[in-house]
Amino acid sequence: MSFFLETLVGGLLAGVMYSLVAIGFVLIYKASGIFNFAQGSMVLFAALAFVTLREAGWDFVPALLVTLVVMVAGAIAIERFVLRALIGQSDLTLFMATLGLSFVIEGLAQLFMGASVHELNLGIDDIPIEVGPILVSQFDLLAAATAGALVISLSLFFNFTRIGISLRAIADDPLAAQSIGIRLPTLWRIVWGVAGLVALVAGLLWGARQGVQFSLTLVVLKALPVLIIGGFTSIGGAIVGGLLIGASESLAEIYLGDLLGGSVSTWFAYVVALAFLLIRPAGLFGDRAIERV
Amino acid sequence: MTALAAPAPPETVESPEVLRRWRVGPLAIAGLVLAFYALGFVVHDYWFNAILIPFLIMALAGLGLNLLTGYAGQASLGTGAFMSVGAFATYNVLLRLPDLPLPVSLVIGGLFGALAGVIFGLPSLRIKGFYLTASTLAAQFFLPWLFNQYGWFSNYTTSGSISAPKLVFLGADLSTPLGRYLLTLTSVVILTWLAWNLVTSQVGRNWMAIRDMDTAAAVAGIPIAFNKLASFAISSFIIAIAGALWAFAYLGTVDARSFDLDRSFTVLFIIIIGGMGSIAGAFIGSAFVILVPILISNVSANLFAGAIDAGQSENLQKILFGALIVYFLIKEPNGLYALLLRARRRLALWPLKS
Amino acid sequence: MSEALLSIRDVSLSFKGIKALTAISFDVADGEICALIGPNGAGKSSLLNVINGVYRSDRGELTFAGKALRRPRPRLAARLGIGRTFQNNALFKRLTVLDNVLAGLTRKARASLLEHTFRVGRSASESRHFRELAEDTIAFLEIEAYRDWIVGQLPYGLQKRVELARALVSRPRLLLLDEPMAGMNHDEKQEISRFILDVNRDLKTTIVLIEHDIGVVMGLSDHVVVLDYGRKIGDGSPQEVRDNPDVVTAYLGTVH
Repeated sequence: MSFFLETLVGGLLAGVMYSLVAIGFVLIYKASGIFNFAQGSMVLFAALAFVTLREAGWDFVPALLVTLVVMVAGAIAIERFVLRALIGQSDLTLFMATLGLSFVIEGLAQLFMGASVHELNLGIDDIPIEVGPILVSQFDLLAAATAGALVISLSLFFNFTRIGISLRAIADDPLAAQSIGIRLPTLWRIVWGVAGLVALVAGLLWGARQGVQFSLTLVVLKALPVLIIGGFTSIGGAIVGGLLIGASESLAEIYLGDLLGGSVSTWFAYVVALAFLLIRPAGLFGDRAIERV
Repeated sequence: MTALAAPAPPETVESPEVLRRWRVGPLAIAGLVLAFYALGFVVHDYWFNAILIPFLIMALAGLGLNLLTGYAGQASLGTGAFMSVGAFATYNVLLRLPDLPLPVSLVIGGLFGALAGVIFGLPSLRIKGFYLTASTLAAQFFLPWLFNQYGWFSNYTTSGSISAPKLVFLGADLSTPLGRYLLTLTSVVILTWLAWNLVTSQVGRNWMAIRDMDTAAAVAGIPIAFNKLASFAISSFIIAIAGALWAFAYLGTVDARSFDLDRSFTVLFIIIIGGMGSIAGAFIGSAFVILVPILISNVSANLFAGAIDAGQSENLQKILFGALIVYFLIKEPNGLYALLLRARRRLALWPLKS
Repeated sequence: MSEALLSIRDVSLSFKGIKALTAISFDVADGEICALIGPNGAGKSSLLNVINGVYRSDRGELTFAGKALRRPRPRLAARLGIGRTFQNNALFKRLTVLDNVLAGLTRKARASLLEHTFRVGRSASESRHFRELAEDTIAFLEIEAYRDWIVGQLPYGLQKRVELARALVSRPRLLLLDEPMAGMNHDEKQEISRFILDVNRDLKTTIVLIEHDIGVVMGLSDHVVVLDYGRKIGDGSPQEVRDNPDVVTAYLGTVH
């Protein structure tokens, strides 16, 4: 039983990280209807930039700030030069454009900062601590707490500030929102900037856990099932979806993996997502527009 | 009947010639095909594996994806997976039913691909647009895993990559570079002809109608579900044969790892760069994707005398391809094909008009 | 009056609890031109969507050509011979005019996928036959000059005509036209009106159309049905409807 609990808790903690990445997607999706495939490359870029600065002898805080500025500036540039030129295109075209962007960002990151694996030390000892009957990784706990704090502050920000309300208005009806004076480009810049920040935090946490390397970009592939389960337009849905995927994935890895005789984590989340697509295409919390003809 | 005359075409509207298809006569096509056959007998062996064979196979995969995405409007990131189905199915047919002629084995491999395409295409009946990529990604992660995981698929070979059986057809050994080239070229010619028949028929028109506006297509009497699944089946059939050729005529081994997500991306890039919704686009895009890396590595080796290492030129290539994708999506959604069309028109009008 | 081609009985429709149509009943006689009028939001387009199965009604029955439509779906409606145009043009905008019109012939298609793939059997003869039908309709609507244009590049008025051609090409028994003259000037409206009359007279097509221009409606239709807030408030000949006090207060009196 305690083994089951440990697996479950470990999965939930990993799930918080999935939620974190997924929220970056939800923000951009709500503001502009784009599934931003480049989010994964942004995570890699942020982690690589930070680690490169640290290895060059920078202190923690200046390195963090500079990386943040680079990320936000990059996100705004993407908004300005790519997305604005693609207004009105189908969601498929927008998706493919972000796919192209992800190649550019990955290429740039590795061109300037190398492709080797870097170790990232955030100064957290990874000694398991006992919580009741089970052992929990201290690092995972702290990472989850950081992610959780960010998730909560983002939800507060987008639920109670003017910007958040504008964002909801845009998601509901872009034309009406613009007609009452909400400036779309401004909102996009803010949202992409925040997505850059989320990428930085995710990059540091994931990078510290598994090393800063190319595989960081693959978090984007974990976020897609999370969003399908949670619904593309709901921050709450992203959190629940992340936890659900994290927990079920690590349980499946142990129990289903035994049964099938191999690691199932590469595809399990997608099979769950596929089931959702067939049974409840809008996800748990998403809303689905009625098509008007 | 009314006697009212139709109004003259308004001058502000762009001339329709811009997007009109390139009408090529059957003679020109036959000439091109013959030239490709002739090419096989004059070029150095190096050319087959370095350029010609991968170009043709990737063009075939691009053709398959273009039917699905460019014509029928269904997104897919599962091309690699459907290629792997073709490779492993054909391998097992060759292994377990060795008496079947090679073309039959390839067709059976293609049929298994079509089956996989239909299964993972089922969600397209309920969801649209890029949501569908999730379903095809499920295929992309699950199918190669399956082939890697269970030894039966690879005849319990320990290394995970298995060498292809000998390619023989009508007593002729097709394992030589020229033999593999001729096998590939013939498959490509036949499948392209079939695809051409389809897209110029009522079926192709129905697919494009669904792509442009599915509700109106249904109201016009077009069976939506059947056509979506048919586009998945036929696209995956062609892609699976491309996968089998990739394993047998190009790599010489069957390995699930050569059909990963990157393979899917490459094929998608081929149709975006070459031109969505055109058959020529798949060939133009494939030529681009095969030739540009060779060009980049040659330039960096000769011009910069090894100052740029292989890893760096790979990064440059990534940036270039990514930037081109974005550029084409913004500036020319019909890809290089449309650019060529336009250039040809200019040339035809020159020097009368600039 | 000949017998009803379409009869609508007690049809109700709601979206998330909001009533769009309430207990609508009326008949459309074979061969007539029936106009649906009413203020914006009266439920006219929704009613057309119910008739050809784009929306599923909550209650009520539809009978078309003597047969009950139990579970109408768009494709079934098309197969039975119900054609349709949309309020906001719903053309296949990256296809040519000819291809759009040809796509409208699918309900008559018999050649199979495999026949098309291998160019055998009925493939060639059907393609030729379809081409002739499409050219006829294109000529009938006088859009030959644009045959090879991409429809997305055509001006709005011509797009409406292409949409009419697409609906007409398969010779439906019933044609549902959702504001075929919206956004047109007087001359263009006259022109489309004449096309509609031609279709009705020469091809014996029964027509249900939605139109806001009362002058056009009165001149064109044999039968007028008035909707307001999802309810039927008038039903009869143009003259009867014009004299109906409910209609006058709800619609004619206030809007025009």
